[in-house]
Amino acid sequence: MSTLVDDLLNQTRTAEQAKYTSKDFQSDQDVRWCPGCGDYSILAQTQRVMPDLGIPKHKVVFVSGIGCSSRFPYYMDTYGFHSIHGRATAIASGIKMARPDLSVWVVTGDGDGMSIGGNHLIHLLRRNLNIKVLLFNNQIYGLTKGQYSPTSELGKVTKSTPYGSIDYPFNPASLALGASSTFVARTMDRDPKHLQAILKRAADHRGTAFVEVYQNCNVFNDGAFFQFTEKESKDDNVVFLEDGKPLVFGKERDKGIRLNGFSPEVVSLKDGKWSVNDLLVHNEKDTTLSFILADMTYKPSLPRPVGIFLAINRPTYEEEMTRQISFAKEKRGEGDMSKLLNSGETWVIN
Amino acid sequence: MAEKTTQKLDEVTIRFAGDSGDGMQLTGTQFTNTTAILGNDLSTLPDYPAEIRAPQGTLFGVSGFQIHFGSTEINTPGDACDVLVAMNAAALKVNLRSLVDGGAIIVNTEGFNDRNLKLAGYQSNPLKDSSLSKYQVFEVDISKLTALALQDLNLSSKIADRSKNFFALGMMYWMYNRPVEPTVKWIQSKFSSKPEIMEANTRVLKAGWSYGETTEIFKVRYQVAAAKLPPGRYRNITGNQAAAWGLMAAAKKAKLELFLGSYPITPASDILHELSMYKHFGVKTFQAEDEIAGITSALGASFAGALGVTTTSGPGVALKTEALGLAVMVELPIVVCNIQRGGPSTGLPTKTEQADLLQALYGRNGEAPIPVIASSTPADCFDVAFEACRIALKYMTPVMFLSDGYLGNGSEPWLIPDFNKLPDISPKFRTEKDGFLPYLRDEATLSRPWAIPGTPGLEHRIGGLEKQHLTGNVNYEPQNHEFMVKLRTEKIERIANEIPPAEVEGDKKGDVLVVGWGSTYGAIKTAVERHRQKGNSVAHLHLKYLNPLPKNVGEILYNFKHVLVPEMNLGQLIKVLRAKYLVPAIGLNKVQGLPFMAVEIEKKIDEILKG
Repeated sequence: MSTLVDDLLNQTRTAEQAKYTSKDFQSDQDVRWCPGCGDYSILAQTQRVMPDLGIPKHKVVFVSGIGCSSRFPYYMDTYGFHSIHGRATAIASGIKMARPDLSVWVVTGDGDGMSIGGNHLIHLLRRNLNIKVLLFNNQIYGLTKGQYSPTSELGKVTKSTPYGSIDYPFNPASLALGASSTFVARTMDRDPKHLQAILKRAADHRGTAFVEVYQNCNVFNDGAFFQFTEKESKDDNVVFLEDGKPLVFGKERDKGIRLNGFSPEVVSLKDGKWSVNDLLVHNEKDTTLSFILADMTYKPSLPRPVGIFLAINRPTYEEEMTRQISFAKEKRGEGDMSKLLNSGETWVIN
Repeated sequence: MAEKTTQKLDEVTIRFAGDSGDGMQLTGTQFTNTTAILGNDLSTLPDYPAEIRAPQGTLFGVSGFQIHFGSTEINTPGDACDVLVAMNAAALKVNLRSLVDGGAIIVNTEGFNDRNLKLAGYQSNPLKDSSLSKYQVFEVDISKLTALALQDLNLSSKIADRSKNFFALGMMYWMYNRPVEPTVKWIQSKFSSKPEIMEANTRVLKAGWSYGETTEIFKVRYQVAAAKLPPGRYRNITGNQAAAWGLMAAAKKAKLELFLGSYPITPASDILHELSMYKHFGVKTFQAEDEIAGITSALGASFAGALGVTTTSGPGVALKTEALGLAVMVELPIVVCNIQRGGPSTGLPTKTEQADLLQALYGRNGEAPIPVIASSTPADCFDVAFEACRIALKYMTPVMFLSDGYLGNGSEPWLIPDFNKLPDISPKFRTEKDGFLPYLRDEATLSRPWAIPGTPGLEHRIGGLEKQHLTGNVNYEPQNHEFMVKLRTEKIERIANEIPPAEVEGDKKGDVLVVGWGSTYGAIKTAVERHRQKGNSVAHLHLKYLNPLPKNVGEILYNFKHVLVPEMNLGQLIKVLRAKYLVPAIGLNKVQGLPFMAVEIEKKIDEILKG
């Protein structure tokens, strides 16, 4: 039996697919982030990427929790759900299970996604629903005005930690890999081209795509990522991961990463001891390698890895759910409520 | 062959009791199903510990199952039992207080060895001293007889001993004139992959029956005729199964996909188990990572156009509270089923209580009214679950459905409804672009449009921040907030315009009105009927709709000199009635993890009548 949703989808199936521009994805609401906030760039890049995805905008849903980043859905002219703290991933899971035909995006932050919503996040990742998770990491609580977050560096002095924070930070990429995510990437608000490329790859991935975006909070944590994002320091402090390519970095492209046992180390390509052929070559499909690369993150002697750590295929949860339903229908026939009510041991009283 | 006589009984209550590993729930359930097929009216009370396999022979490991059946209308599982089947000393000790004076005790003598007596805290063997002299005691070495029946099967003694509950069941089938065939059939399908166990259980069941027939110990067997129930086709059903089917029926009627987001919790998990079996109905069940994901996934599914449901018990509702508030704000239909248990905190997971009413009515931050409805018998869970869905969809609101462990696990015969004659549920998705506003309201119900993702041109955003009237945009204006708070409240209050008026069982005016809600129905009904038979002016009002209350409740209350409110809590409905109608209602409260006995309510009415 068809449901009301089936009927609706049948009616709208022929709806002509519009040619979009980024403007089509801008809602009529005034954007209310602080001037200079990194969120503006992420919003702009997302709106720029959306027209290229080939998805009608009425099929797109943005879901968020609470925090600065979570205002995001209000500014996208798609369907949107600004929910409660930490729960966006769980709400999005419900949406995707009910409607595998929708393109579902979660926008969250380091506090929303990894503190109050940590549990839902890891379970979404292991289930591998086809949902895109954009985690804006600014290493601070913005909307509650400046407390430290689960990604703040050790010793962080904030209003709630006047003597410095004493809890070790999460590394979002390692957390996601540990939760068996099938797609894990890192990008930066101040690198629009890279951000767009990663968003496209995430959109194309069949499964949960976890994208950590370094995002500058210019009010409460200004410059947290400047050594990775600013022109003068970027090249020497960031290594971009590219599939099938050796890990080379530096202003002069004169440094590389090689594996010493299981440990990555920086080597010079200038002194004649090592050449490009000695370097670690990235492979997005290698789960073991992904852990090693993600683990470089907080090591001061190593450049910060940015790009796609892992992109592998595994059946999605909703596909498996649909498969079981089809299997049951095939095996037992479409369920009939009257038959069910009268099934098993019954008796008649005259 | 011993001389046997047959005696006719109108009703009888039997309690099976043993170790939690002895299979007493299974024995009770089998006896119940066979009894139902014979056309008796019945009511059951499973009473089991929270531990899965508590240490053998201990008092806290005792599991019991009580069934009250008869040829008359049966409304409760029985205040006390007439027959106690005790598989060991601990089972006797724990359950003896439920046995009527002069009642029968059938014991497994093997369960009264020194070790068992010591574990049960008996100084001397009650079978040997005179402490049981006011009862009829039947001593049967069930363990030994079971072993004898299986001696040529080459089973380990441990495996063979597991069949002993079927011996007890067989004996009781003989004693109450019930056929063994339905259970034999069940054994055959249940153990089809384990032919040895199938054979052992079947043999032992029949051995128990034959033992009754041949032994000198039992001289009387009993006949309980079929009850005169309204004509039609019946089945036996537990409250949790009925609730699951009610949800499915509502989804089918509404032409929506049923989505259940749930986290396992006693005593609600059986609804999750039940719904998980119906994938061929298109039911989607999702065992979430926690209670919060249970409700939020259901809310997400509802946003996307499914009938979102979550099932839980009190501690789970506590965790779902924030999401319930969100559902109030975004005005999406979801149903929360609370199968209540003893609280607070983890409380008494396997025992019943109805102490979550105020949580259901008020347990959220801010002004967040939701409809609350409660079922009163196991079979009623079908209708109430169905009605919860209907209201949720019509008014675009979360609805709380209250049941409890006693209803959820208990069972009764159910006159199977005609699916085609169930009330109409016809939700509509908004598709017209012209004039669309996310918070534009239906004039009659005040519900907002359900515009689901996938609908071209209706892209919009919702969320937990206060909404501007009509547009649904975020809005912090003082006047708008007050307006919206009142509007959401009025939407829920308007449900009272369509729900049926409350009906009194008994005279419309008189001395005592007993007001109840939920699973106290059977006990109150029985107590009130006993008084009415004595000619006393006593009536019964049972409330299904707890928010909003039916419009005529005040009027009914004012027609009685006294209002008595029995509740399995310290007085929750009574607070609502006193506050709303300013009546000096009297409470009768029990929080022992057990349902009321009719006699307890009967006595309280007596007290009131005597002034």
